[in-house]
Amino acid sequence: MTHPAAVEVLRAGALTTVQDLGRPGWAHLGVPRSGALDPAALRLANRLVGNPEHAAGLEITLSGCTLRLTRATTVAVTGTEVSVQAGVRPGDTGRPLSVPAGTVLRIGPARRGVRSWLAVAGGIDVPPVLGSRATDTLSGLGPSPLRDGDRLPLGEPLGTPAPVDLTVCSAPPPELHLMLRPGPRDDWFTPTALDRLFGTAYTVSPVSNRVGARLAGATLPRAVTGELPSEGIVLGAVQVPADGQPLIFLADHPTTGGYPVIGVVTDVTPLAQARPGTTVRFHGPQR
Amino acid sequence: MRIRPVGAHALLLDCTAATDVPEAALVEAWRAELWRRREQGELIAVEIVPAASTVLLDGLPDPIATAEQLTRWAPAIPNADTVRRRDAERGDGTEVVVPVEFDGPDLPAVAEHWGVAVPAVLRRLTSTPFRVAFCGFAPGFPYLTGLPAELALPRLATPRPRVPAGSVALAGPYAGIYPGASPGGWLLVGRTDLVLFDVDADPPSRLGPGASVRMAAA
Repeated sequence: MTHPAAVEVLRAGALTTVQDLGRPGWAHLGVPRSGALDPAALRLANRLVGNPEHAAGLEITLSGCTLRLTRATTVAVTGTEVSVQAGVRPGDTGRPLSVPAGTVLRIGPARRGVRSWLAVAGGIDVPPVLGSRATDTLSGLGPSPLRDGDRLPLGEPLGTPAPVDLTVCSAPPPELHLMLRPGPRDDWFTPTALDRLFGTAYTVSPVSNRVGARLAGATLPRAVTGELPSEGIVLGAVQVPADGQPLIFLADHPTTGGYPVIGVVTDVTPLAQARPGTTVRFHGPQR
Repeated sequence: MRIRPVGAHALLLDCTAATDVPEAALVEAWRAELWRRREQGELIAVEIVPAASTVLLDGLPDPIATAEQLTRWAPAIPNADTVRRRDAERGDGTEVVVPVEFDGPDLPAVAEHWGVAVPAVLRRLTSTPFRVAFCGFAPGFPYLTGLPAELALPRLATPRPRVPAGSVALAGPYAGIYPGASPGGWLLVGRTDLVLFDVDADPPSRLGPGASVRMAAA
């Protein structure tokens, strides 16, 4: 009997999860969106191997992972600058790599940034949950984070790999400049709070994860001191808990929150590569 | 009603009321209206998320146009008497009865806060017509309104590290039911075997926003 094609996990690394484009549309039931922290990078990896853009791949964090592919296939790694080794051959990020059956694929550790995305032709074919195969680290929906010895089924390849030799993988900038639109609760803060948010530098704290990037810097003083009744949260919402230090919500954010949101970051994908200590500055939409 | 900006693709409908209509009734009227308009194709929104006193619309192609439409879409808002009467006169067959074993460790604390004996707490909970105001905290966790505001309860000073699945609990003005085991700071009054969240069911939540709920002693 032949085993179905699979990815065998030899070394799962610090945090490797199955991700696709998430499960939007269920927030009213308390289900987070989840999905790749940089959807464009996962889409690119999928296109490179001939998958539909929404196919599930792996999101690999910092220390990398080691996998064995049980069938001959095509893989692509996108995201940050990371070492890729297919068997004894050094590979590259940002282009399709053909690998024979039994190849051991070593990815990482990241030389800069934090995360990479691996697409395998046919996609990771774990059972979808509410329309998505994404691991949601907040609610626990979807497959568990990878563990050594896991075996992930592969789907049937549908398309041909892209005829691409190279895609440009830009290095993460030393300092992030994020556009923020004030609201919905900027009026719960003193005018000083927005001045500080737009005028001072923050740093990414080590307790950041897929739920949110916690920042350290000037505290944001409240004008309204009462408790905010729970309200809906969007991707990129900058929530300010009781300690006055902002937290930018990422893909696994809760659907509702009880601390005021001073503003919303338009594009959170650069935060996917922000190591602890990275400087973050905010600017308004008018810049 | 006030519309607050939320980033580039969302709006927050703030129902904080200056009228005698309870906020929960305003939120529920807007939620039902917006879901209906989306169903009819008049509104494109990826998420319509009711909460305590707001409704979030996310994934809007043109939030400025939607904000303008919202000013014309105000639903008929029932007055406080109508809400009470309607909740009292259910029986349209959509009410979900939740069987509850009332053996929660915090029942005595609830009784003390309410200034009654434990059996009176049970009578109150089983005679209250609840409605799911919104879901949050965890997939399928319903925030149930229906208890009078003066019976609002504080959360535990120190949350429990693990509350079992099916725990029926009270906090603030709400009753809630934990769909799965999790940490929790609500006061536990009982537990139910009813499965609240099943990813293979359609819809996955047994108690979604707007659902009518009654608790019955198991």
